[in-house]
Amino acid sequence: MVMAAKEVTTERVYEVLMTVMDPEIDSVSIVDLGMVESVTVEGNDVKVVLLPTFLGCPALEFIENNTRDAVQSLPEVNKVEVEVVFSPPWTSDRITEQGHVNLRKFGIAPPPRHFEEDGSWHVDCAYCGSTYVSMENIFGPTACRSILYCKSCKNVFEAMKPVSTLM
Amino acid sequence: MSNVENGMSKAYKNAVTALLFQLADDELLYAFRASEWLGLAPHIEEDVASSSIAQDSMGHAVMYYKLLEDLGVGSEDDLAHLRPANERKNSILTERVNGEGYYMETPQYDWAYHVVRSYFYTQAKKAKVDSLCQSSYEPLVEAAMKIRMELYYHRLHWETWFKQLLSSTDVAKEKMQQAIELVMEDFGDMFSFGKDKQAIEENNLLCQEEALKASWKASIAPVFAKLQIEVPEIPETPHLNGRNGEHTKDLESALATLSEVYRIDPAAGW
Ligand SMILES: [Zn+2]
Repeated sequence: MVMAAKEVTTERVYEVLMTVMDPEIDSVSIVDLGMVESVTVEGNDVKVVLLPTFLGCPALEFIENNTRDAVQSLPEVNKVEVEVVFSPPWTSDRITEQGHVNLRKFGIAPPPRHFEEDGSWHVDCAYCGSTYVSMENIFGPTACRSILYCKSCKNVFEAMKPVSTLM
Repeated sequence: MSNVENGMSKAYKNAVTALLFQLADDELLYAFRASEWLGLAPHIEEDVASSSIAQDSMGHAVMYYKLLEDLGVGSEDDLAHLRPANERKNSILTERVNGEGYYMETPQYDWAYHVVRSYFYTQAKKAKVDSLCQSSYEPLVEAAMKIRMELYYHRLHWETWFKQLLSSTDVAKEKMQQAIELVMEDFGDMFSFGKDKQAIEENNLLCQEEALKASWKASIAPVFAKLQIEVPEIPETPHLNGRNGEHTKDLESALATLSEVYRIDPAAGW
């Protein structure tokens, strides 16, 4: 049986990219993390351009492969190209509102959108929302996370580091 | 990324290549020495923080080696692992051991030395990266902008340690002063471009050596003023210039460990 080749749409590609999760925070998709810079479709070929969050991030290769596999899984897709570029640089304000919601679900406070004048920043507790927290370690279990302690609910929680070109 | 060579003169490409080797080798050796602290840092939070900084720095090295690969100089892994010590362009400071002993046996590493080396090196990196954001070579501008954002957290970290140890006990202060002397002895090639000075400066890849030194001094001056100590002098002429391939024995042992696995089978995928 010969199947008529269905047209590939960017919407469909984005839909499938929403299922590609950060391997280290599996409640947040790479789209909501703001890692997808562009999707281009030419006929049945697809090109996805990704921005790495941190340069030394060991998860990047997994993400590249998972992205390729996910897009390739669409029956209408022929060739898939995944490219990683550094410009524009990824910044934490690329994370979507949905990304913020999903980070909290994972117990991670989303990156604050504002810095104090001295360059410091503040987040509320990822669990109880209390503002009464202290920074335990600015470097967390992965390059993009910090460890904090909530003095209200007495939980240790993590926060996604804010990253901005103004730094 | 494959057509970066288009429209580039041979002299310009040579200058870019020379600078990239200096930047890449600095990061590789600094990251390696920093990673030797894994499991040995003063406390568990510091272990997490130092290894995170080491990992970021290794990421920066990879990025610079990748830019060399894009220029057709060789594969990034080969460039990182297979070049002999006398072809390396890192500063002497980055190759120095962390202290007596081997990390697999009974290391007597010097934390004060690591703090001072890291603080001074990171501020030097900041001076260069700021200037690279205005480089004539666009791929370097893009890399520098990305690196600068991560560097912010590294600087914050080492500055905190530096200030705290120098505001601590007399023993701590003395160890820090000794470490400052030791680090500064090796600082003579930090801002040197070696034999490639003219090529790098004339092609506006990075600002002049003297401007980098001034920028470094200005960046640490407020911290030194608060601690009531003098900003140390950068040696006029380096006793060894890593930018010209002159190195200590420490580099050979670092490379031997760093590349041991890769050399077993360069074709294998790790
Ligand atoms: Zn709480």
